[in-house]
Amino acid sequence: MSAATLEARLGQRWRKPPFIRNNLLRWAMAAGVFAYLILAIGSFDVNWARVNEGLVRGWLFIKAFMSPDFLSRSIEIREGMLESVIITITSTVVGVLISIPIGLGAARNIAPLPVYLICRGIITLSRALNEIIVAILMVAIFGFGPLAGFITLSFATIGFLSKLLAEDIEDMDKAQAEAIRATGSSWMQWINYGVQPQVMPRLIGLSMYRLDINFRESAILGLVGAGGIGATLNTAFDRYEFDTAAAILIIIIVTVMVLEYLSGFIRAWVQ
Amino acid sequence: MGAIMPVSTNTAGKKVWQLRNRNETLTRWFCFLVLVATFMWCWKYISDATTWFFVWDAPNIAADIGSRAFPPRWSYMDKLWGPIWDTLNIATIGTVLALIIAVPVAFLAARNTTPSTLFIRPIALLIIVSTRSINSLIWALLLVAIIGPGTFAGLIAIAIRSIGFCAKLLYEAIEEIDHKQVEAITATGASRMQIMIYAIAPQILPAFAGISVFRWDINIRESTVLGLVGAGGIGLQLQSSLNTLAWPQVTLILTVILVAVVIGEWVSAKVRGAII
Repeated sequence: MSAATLEARLGQRWRKPPFIRNNLLRWAMAAGVFAYLILAIGSFDVNWARVNEGLVRGWLFIKAFMSPDFLSRSIEIREGMLESVIITITSTVVGVLISIPIGLGAARNIAPLPVYLICRGIITLSRALNEIIVAILMVAIFGFGPLAGFITLSFATIGFLSKLLAEDIEDMDKAQAEAIRATGSSWMQWINYGVQPQVMPRLIGLSMYRLDINFRESAILGLVGAGGIGATLNTAFDRYEFDTAAAILIIIIVTVMVLEYLSGFIRAWVQ
Repeated sequence: MGAIMPVSTNTAGKKVWQLRNRNETLTRWFCFLVLVATFMWCWKYISDATTWFFVWDAPNIAADIGSRAFPPRWSYMDKLWGPIWDTLNIATIGTVLALIIAVPVAFLAARNTTPSTLFIRPIALLIIVSTRSINSLIWALLLVAIIGPGTFAGLIAIAIRSIGFCAKLLYEAIEEIDHKQVEAITATGASRMQIMIYAIAPQILPAFAGISVFRWDINIRESTVLGLVGAGGIGLQLQSSLNTLAWPQVTLILTVILVAVVIGEWVSAKVRGAII
């Protein structure tokens, strides 16, 4: 800043520079956002009488959290939890096993172009489809029960894990892989000794993270009949048995917290 | 041989080097055994709970559904614009609401800005954990039971679910700020509020914008299915089409959802690219 402009600005209050410099653009954007907010908020038709009535029930639900009822539906809860855990474990194992080849295929520095495009296509499809929608289709095709949930979550795991694995492989250190190549290794040996050691810690970390996500998701699959604790929860809500619902929610929260802690611990230990 | 077992042998066939020592090999083998046994047991459970006749019949059923589902009923699109608008609003306003609550929660949860590590921080962390670990569909289920079906329940469900997510990422960003800037502003004699606005806010603003757009993208995905439990949006149409087995409509709705998700992801990637 030259001395002259500094002279001119002396004695003036400093003002924060605006976020968007162009005045017209700034006001136009503000007006646009404001107009959208008005329109959008106007589009929610809130039946305040119903909400008011519901607040009593909401209070009952909060009170139910103080006295959750684990016992009267303990058999259903135990069955549902067991099923959720089983779906979580199996879908994570199978999902990880399938995502390794797909992840290898989706890494541009390893796979030839056609394989790359196919694998990327699978990943995009799996990531774009919501778990619940896949679950609905799977229930329609395979019938009710944990098998539909297992297939759904395996499919969802593939999209998540392959994408991150492929990105990790693309970021790997080329020198190590080349060193293995230079020994005259076969393709399998190259992957096994040049690539795998570099991505293994992250793969384990991501698998643990996915285990955690799969459990959360398995808790809702029951809503559409794909097995797990969700069905029990849905029934509890439908019957307004808030104390049982509260018990189930507490179990879910605690399990998620334990899993998150465990996966964080394992990730820290591996990396 | 050498391709599988990392063991070197000399000409006499005697081992001179192997990758892991005996204990490590045994431990790994044992872990592997436990994993396989657990998986097999779990698989047996699923297998017992499955009617395999339906599964063997699945290719036929899938082909049957596929043949009914095509071509999509494009004329149904007229009835979808309203729900699409609702879905967009649930996601956007839900994100805004969540951010309004998440910002103070994040400041209370961050170790360097919280007024009290002993009392207020655990409460803020509890809010973050409990809102985060419950899926928005479950929140929607709960809110539909409490305040009745409709877009409002969906809005609140999305907002509550997003609080924990945004607050967690935001408080981690706050904890990572550069303390020299805070010190510099403090040295001018600024009040607590002024420190927040001039020292902390500019540093976390890029993270804040990134997190909001990221969450908005996720919320678009999640709000498309909220209708399944009666919480408004395009999921409501999906549910009624599924219930009446109107597969051509289902195909159309799924296509619309897919397009919406892809557009949402594209917008969020563009915005994040522009910020960071």
